[in-house]
Parts: sequence; C-alpha cells; structure tokens
Amino acid sequence: MTEAILFMLGIGGVCGILLSFASKIFYVYEDPRVSLVESNMAGANCGGCGYAGCSAAAQAVVKGEALPSVCIVSGAEGAAKVAAVMGMDPGTAESRQAYSMCDGGVRAANKYHYLGVTSCGAMALVFGGQRDCHVGCLGLGDCVKACNFGALTMGKEGFPVVDENKCVGCGACNKACPKDIIEVKSMSDKLLKFNQINDPLAPCSQTCPAEIDIPQYISHIKNGDYLAAVQTIRMRNPLLLSCGRVCPHPCENDCRRGIADEPVSINQLKRFAADYEMNSGSRVPIKCAPDTGKKVAIIGGGPAGLSCAYFLRRVGHQVTIFESMPELGGMLRYGIPEYRLPKKVLEWEIEGITKLGIETHTNVRFGTDFGLGSLVAAGYDAVFIGIGAWKDHALGIPGDDLKGCFNGIKFLSTVSALVSSGISKGDTSIREKMKLGKRAAVIGGGNTAVDCARTMLRLGLEKVYMVYRRTRKEMPANEVEIVASEHEGIEFVFLAAPSRVVGNENGEVTHLEYLRMELGEPDASGRRRPVPVKGSETLLAVDTIVTAIGQAPDASFKEETSRRISELTLTRWSTIDNNPATLQSSIPYIFTAGDAATGPALVVDAIGGGRRAARSIDLFLKGKKVEPVKDSLQKKRIPESVFKTISGVQPIKRAVMPELPVNRRLDSFVEVDLVLPEDEALKEADRCLKCCRICYNPDKKSA
Amino acid sequence: MGDYIVLAISCILINNILLAQFLGNCPFLGTSKKMETATGMAMAVVFVIVLAGIITWVTELYLLKPLDIEFLRTLSFILIVASLVQFVEMFLKKSIPALYTGLGIFLPLITTNCAVLGVCLINIKEEYSFLEMLVSSFSYSVGYGLALVLFAGIRERIILARVPKPLQDTSIGLVTAGMIAICFFAFKGMV
Ligand SMILES: Cc1cc2nc3c(=O)[nH]c(=O)nc-3n(C[C@H](O)[C@H](O)[C@H](O)COP(=O)(O)OP(=O)(O)OC[C@H]3O[C@@H](n4cnc5c(N)ncnc54)[C@H](O)[C@@H]3O)c2cc1C
Ligand code: SF4
Ligand code: SF4
Repeated sequence: MTEAILFMLGIGGVCGILLSFASKIFYVYEDPRVSLVESNMAGANCGGCGYAGCSAAAQAVVKGEALPSVCIVSGAEGAAKVAAVMGMDPGTAESRQAYSMCDGGVRAANKYHYLGVTSCGAMALVFGGQRDCHVGCLGLGDCVKACNFGALTMGKEGFPVVDENKCVGCGACNKACPKDIIEVKSMSDKLLKFNQINDPLAPCSQTCPAEIDIPQYISHIKNGDYLAAVQTIRMRNPLLLSCGRVCPHPCENDCRRGIADEPVSINQLKRFAADYEMNSGSRVPIKCAPDTGKKVAIIGGGPAGLSCAYFLRRVGHQVTIFESMPELGGMLRYGIPEYRLPKKVLEWEIEGITKLGIETHTNVRFGTDFGLGSLVAAGYDAVFIGIGAWKDHALGIPGDDLKGCFNGIKFLSTVSALVSSGISKGDTSIREKMKLGKRAAVIGGGNTAVDCARTMLRLGLEKVYMVYRRTRKEMPANEVEIVASEHEGIEFVFLAAPSRVVGNENGEVTHLEYLRMELGEPDASGRRRPVPVKGSETLLAVDTIVTAIGQAPDASFKEETSRRISELTLTRWSTIDNNPATLQSSIPYIFTAGDAATGPALVVDAIGGGRRAARSIDLFLKGKKVEPVKDSLQKKRIPESVFKTISGVQPIKRAVMPELPVNRRLDSFVEVDLVLPEDEALKEADRCLKCCRICYNPDKKSA
Repeated sequence: MGDYIVLAISCILINNILLAQFLGNCPFLGTSKKMETATGMAMAVVFVIVLAGIITWVTELYLLKPLDIEFLRTLSFILIVASLVQFVEMFLKKSIPALYTGLGIFLPLITTNCAVLGVCLINIKEEYSFLEMLVSSFSYSVGYGLALVLFAGIRERIILARVPKPLQDTSIGLVTAGMIAICFFAFKGMV
C-alpha cells in the first residue's frame, strides 16, 4: 500500500517538476497584453465572436485585427476594460467589416439547374455551382446562416447585403462561403487591395491603371449620392479633380457599352463628382488608421509621390514629402498648363491630401540639399522616390543652341511659375520676359509638345507650327488635345524631321530646316518607321523653336557622396530599376514608381504605381516579406470578360463635353474643358451597364 | 516480418480503434466536419499515440510490474498521457513552431481522447514486445486517422443530401459512423 501511495506521489511529482521545468525552458515570449485582454473576456470559449476561443480573440485584439468589443458575452463593461488594457478608446482599433464582392445575383445567367440543394456549399461541390460565371455568388446564403449577429441578409437582387452596424468582423461568413464572395477586411486592407484574376471586375476597372471601382461610383452618381461616389474614387485615387480633367481615360476604350454603342463617359463623371465636392464648399472627411509609429520619406511631390504618401498616411504611417520645386504637384503644376488644370483646383486637391497630417518640405532637392544618409539618420524606415522625368531629350542637330531655342519641360515650367506668380492675363509680358518671338515651331508629337504649342498661342504668338516625324495617327498625345489644338489654329507639319536650325548674324533663330519623310516598314512597336526622302530639305520661317521629343528622369542625385546610393541601379533609359511587381529598387528600403520608374507615362499610372509602392512599403514596415500580389491583374484583361458583341443595349448618345468657345480661349489661360451639368451627368450615369466579369444590367426595354 | 504486417493490418482495419472498439468518439464527431480539421487531428493523434505508447510501456515494465502495483495502471497512465500532451505542446511551440501551428488546437484536445489511453492499455494487455508495441501504436493511430478522414469526406458531402430536420448534423453523423463501422466489419474475414 505504501508503495502505491509513494508511486502515485512520485509520478505526480515527476510530471509536475518536468512540466514546470519545461515551461521555463520552452518559454515563448507572448505579448503580456494577450493574457490581460483574455482575463477581461467572459472566458466561456463560446466562439460566438467567430474566433476559436477567447485566447484567439485576445490575440486578434492585440494584433489590432479585432475591436476591444469582440466578446459578445462580456458586453460593454468588458469592452471598456479591454480597451483600457490596450490603451485606446473602445472602438478605435481598425475594425474589419464584411462586404460582398459580387453583385451579379439573380441577373447572372445559369448554366445548370439544381434540384433540392439548399446550401451554397453543397452546390459548389457539384460542378462548382449553377452560375455561368465561375466566381459569382450562388445566392443560397450560407454566409447569412453563418453569421451569429444577424448582420447579413440575402437581398432582393440575390446577393448578400451587409448591415454595417451589426457586423463585428468575425469572418464567419467568409469561412462559410465556398466562393470567397464575402470578404472581411479592414479599411487598410481595402485601400491596399489590388485587382486579381479571380475578382469580379468590370472591364473598365480591369483596365484602369488606378483600379478604381468604376461601376460602383457611377452607380452612386446615378442614385444622386455624389459624395459617396467621391469616397469610392478616393479608395483608389486621391487626385480625382486632376484626373477628371487630364486623364486620357484608357478605361473608356474597354467600356462594354462601347461594343454596341459609344463608351460611357467615365472620366467626365469622375470630374462631375469631384467638382461637386469642391464646389460644395466642404470636404468629405477622410479616415486614417491608428498610428503605427513608422516613418516614410517621400522624395518628389508629383502624382506618384502624393499618391504613395496619401495611402501610407491612411494606413497609419507617418509621411514626409520632400520636393525640389517651390510647390507640390509635379507635372500637374509645372507641366500641364493652367488652361487644362487650373492651379486653384490643384491647390484645393493637394491641400486635402496634406491635411491628413502629411509633413511637407519644399525647395529641397534630393542629392543637393539632402541625401540618403540624412534620411536614414533622421529615422526614416523606408524611402519612396518619385522624382518624375524632367530632363528633356536634346534635339542634337546643328544650331540647336541658338537664341530662341527652348526645351519643352523647361519652357512649360517657366511659364507655369510665371502664371502662378500672378501674371495670368497680359500675355505680352510673359512673352517678353521669356524672349519669345512671333512665329514658333514645336518639335514632337506628345502631350508636352501639344501643351507647348497651345500655351504659345495663349502667350500671343502669331503662328505656331507642330513639326512631327510621323502622321497624326501615330501622335502619342491625348486625342482631345490634338482636336483642341486643331480648333485653335495650330498648323501641323507631319512627316518632317528637323535637320538644322538656321540663324542670323546675331545668333538668333530665323528658320528651321527639315527633311520630308515617308512611312516605311513597321518597327518593333508596330508603328511604321519614317524614312527621310533624299534632297527634300525645306525651310520653315520661325524665330522660336521648342523641342519636346521626350524626357528621362534626372538621375544627378546619384552623384551624392553617400556610398549607399551608388548601389541604386538605373536602366539604360536612366529610369530607376525596380521589381515591376513590388516596385522595390535594388536597395531594399527604397521603392519607386511613376515617371521616374517607367519613363514618361500618365498621371493615373503614377497614381496606381504610388499605391502599389505603398502596399510594398507597408509590408516592409511591418517586417513582412515584400511579395507581389498573387494573380495580380495589372491592367491585363480577364479573358472571359472580353466580349465581341453584346445584346440588350439601345444606342443612346454619349454626353458631349462642354467647352469654352475658341474665340474666348486664346487671350487667356482660363480653363477650356467644362464640367457636365447635373442633368447630363445623371443621364450619362444611367447609360452605364454596371458590368461585372460577365453579367451586366441591360437597358430596360422601353415598352 | 509477416507477423508485424498481420498485426498492422489487424490494428488498422479489423480492430480499428474507432469503428470496432468505439474509442475516441467525441473528437471523431467534433473534428470531422471539415477535411482540413480532420487531417490535422489525424496527424496529431498519430504523433501522440506513438509517444504515449512508448512511455507507458516503459512505465509498466520498469515501475508498475516490479513494484507489483498494476492496479494503478489506468490512473497513472491518465496522468502520464495528460502531462505528455502538455509537454509536447510546449516543446513544439518553442522548437518546431511550424508543426505547432499545423497541429495547433488539436493537441490539447487529445488530452481527453480515450483512444490514446485505450491503445496504451491494449499494448499492455496483449503483452506486446517493444517492437510489437511500436507497430500496434502506430497502426492503431493510423486506423484512427483513416476512419476520421473517410468520415470527414462523407460528412462534407452529406450537405448534398436532403436529410430530414430531426436527423441533421450529429444525428446523421452517428448513423453514418454506424454504417462505416458495419463496412469495416467485413474486414473480419481477412485474417
Ligand atoms: C506637358 C505634359 C503634359 C502631360 N499631360 C498629361 C495628360 O494630359 N494626361 C496624363 O495622364 N498625363 C499627362 N502627362 C504625364 C504626367 O504628367 C506624368 O506622367 C505624371 O505627372 C508623373 O508623375 P510623377 O509623380 O511620376 O512625376 P512628376 O509629376 O514629374 O513629379 C516629380 C516631382 O519630383 C520632384 N523632383 C524631381 N527631382 C527631385 C529631387 N532630386 N529631389 C526632390 N524632388 C525632386 C519634381 O519637382 C516633381 O515635383 C503630361 C506630362 C507633361 C510633361
Ligand atoms: S457579417 Fe460576417 S463578419 Fe460580420 S458579423 Fe456576420 S459573420 Fe461575422
Ligand atoms: S458600361 Fe459601365 S461598368 Fe460597363 S464597362 Fe462601361 S463604364 Fe464600366
């Protein structure tokens, strides 16, 4: 008997001692707040919150994924205690919310007919469900049944509707859905979400470089909720006033309505919503996630820098912009002229972004006034470079340094600076200040060239030629710009290659000599290559010549003394080399996007790039691996959503953009393109088919 | 060698710990709703049963038998299994975090799994040698895993059937389990 008692005592003792030693040896650090938080929960392990027991819920709270009020048993009192442990108000952690990605529902076509199936899960087991669209909502409401909080209902249109006040973000619905239609995400996750190949996306949203949810904002406009439209756009693009004016809207090329009718005027509608907010006199408040305590330096305050700063700020990081010019905006301010994007509008837009708590330093140049070393020393955890492409390509023909020759970007930025400083009317004074003549030739066919030409007309020059190597069809400038410059009386000299600048004895330009060209074989880019015609030298009498034949980034900052910066590799076009999917450069904490990385492109490309870089920087700051988005779409089209023909569309004319009459344009820098009136905008919004991958709302048959 | 194979087959199929001996039913019903959970649980069970088998076998041979206190077997085994699971959990958390997150919540669940104790007691009752004990522990646990995974596969598909309301969920689960058990009965003729 004693043996038995001793044995049991012994074995108990051994187990106890072993375990207590083990708990010392195998101790793993855990945030002490987890157990504190857990002790303030009900301890029922009921799983009602959607997490696997109280300790999982406590971990989620500490990670900032769940609100202090997750526990449904301990109520408001418990929530207050948990919040006290975490040192925050109950409710300030970034809460997650469910939202439905698919709004096809009953309008979506079916391929099978199932009998007696009562749940989405069951349906998904047999051929993946009845819908034609393989990602679409199955409509039987497994998510609705999974929700413990009654936050979901199956809407009339056959897809789940979330009641945001009831949703606690537990994620039960997402787990129940066999199709990943219901997603549960925080605002930060949504801001940094990128289009993926299996997402339910409209053709236009697939093509938009900023990946704006276009059908969603158009549908808000249609419902008269213009400010909601503004908020939808701001989830992806903080520069909506600017883009609404200058974007060449690649999205409209892929608009599904355009197959049978004219495309929806997507960008006009963006401008309408953006102008509505500005003219309403107040700003829609923009929410930012709680501070993370990480600091990022943004070099260059152009669209790429502003966009990156905006998204990083909204997900809770501290951002500082360093800009070499006196004011922010990049090419939006110093390239694109006043008559296309008024400085007042740009100012209002940029103010809205910096007001989120972004520090800005202007008149400081990277490489000259500060370097990489000083940023690292000042405690910045990551750096974004968005310095654009500001170095004009030189013409490289005899005489291109005579008096009267200018370079495109230099010319435009000088005019812009003069216009901002108040001399907006009296064109002659700017003309005299810059020593411009009376007859000018602009060389080039891109946006910069057209802007130079139209600007010169407004400065009072009598005759402006545009000299371009190829034909009108090949001009890379925005179509609307070309049309406008034709209306304004600019004369085009196509198929002409400048060969010499002729000057007089004072070194002033008198003529431009060019060779006529013929179109030959198509080159690598598919455009037919122009070849010069022998002996076709022609003289054009001009006294001012502006060269706008392309730009490259100014990489002179590389001469900075810090050894580290020399490790930053450039491409042979002197753009900054980066991983195209993550935008990380050859130095891990430096990221880059916009013209500096891609060479001259579009404002929206820079905005999309800024956001993509923000996602990578966010991963980097959180110590996670900087990985590309899985199955990222990156402007590619989803094959099943490309249609050849569509049915159910009745031709309705597209809204026409109101413009200032030509005779009132040329004596000032007043904005030329005007905003759609409200009734026109509503009519235009009504034309949108609210497309998704494959289904859409056809026009209602007029009885 | 042949003996070991026969032993393995009989432990996995014929005397399946779940379907023939009805041990470990609560986690069987609890973790068999989804294939993912079922495979996680199956792996954790194999891991723990083999370890517990070894330790209890040693305890029996060198402590209980010499001291002539075999009547304490059940009591001491329970204590040992429970501490072992705790220990393994701590060890994995520190040393092999990947495996820990994989087996995750299933480890503590096993503490209350009577199949573990059952296998340990069978090993003693049948007076297995060390090697036989290893084979039987491993095979019993694999049999457990097999039954669990099979059952989870069936349960995932049951949602396709129109089950009468009163029979839904666990009830139909028990009926199904019974039917699988009858199927396993057929293996009786094998050896
Ligand atoms: C004349 C013109 C017309 C255009 N028209 C259109 C149009 O209609 N539609 C359209 O979509 N796109 C248009 N574009 C293209 C568009 O403007 C650019 O693609 C876009 O602005 C690129 O943004 P970014 O931020 O990369 O660079 P940028 O806008 O060039 O900004 C770079 C910023 O970095 C600053 N910077 C440079 N070097 C340093 C340094 N060393 N240290 C600190 N700061 C520095 C610059 O001052 C500038 O503010 C046009 C471009 C030009 C030149
Ligand atoms: S909607 Fe989804 S995330 Fe929200 S409470 Fe319901 S189940 Fe949880
Ligand atoms: S109709 Fe509307 S949703 Fe469809 S592609 Fe055009 S703008 Fe986008």
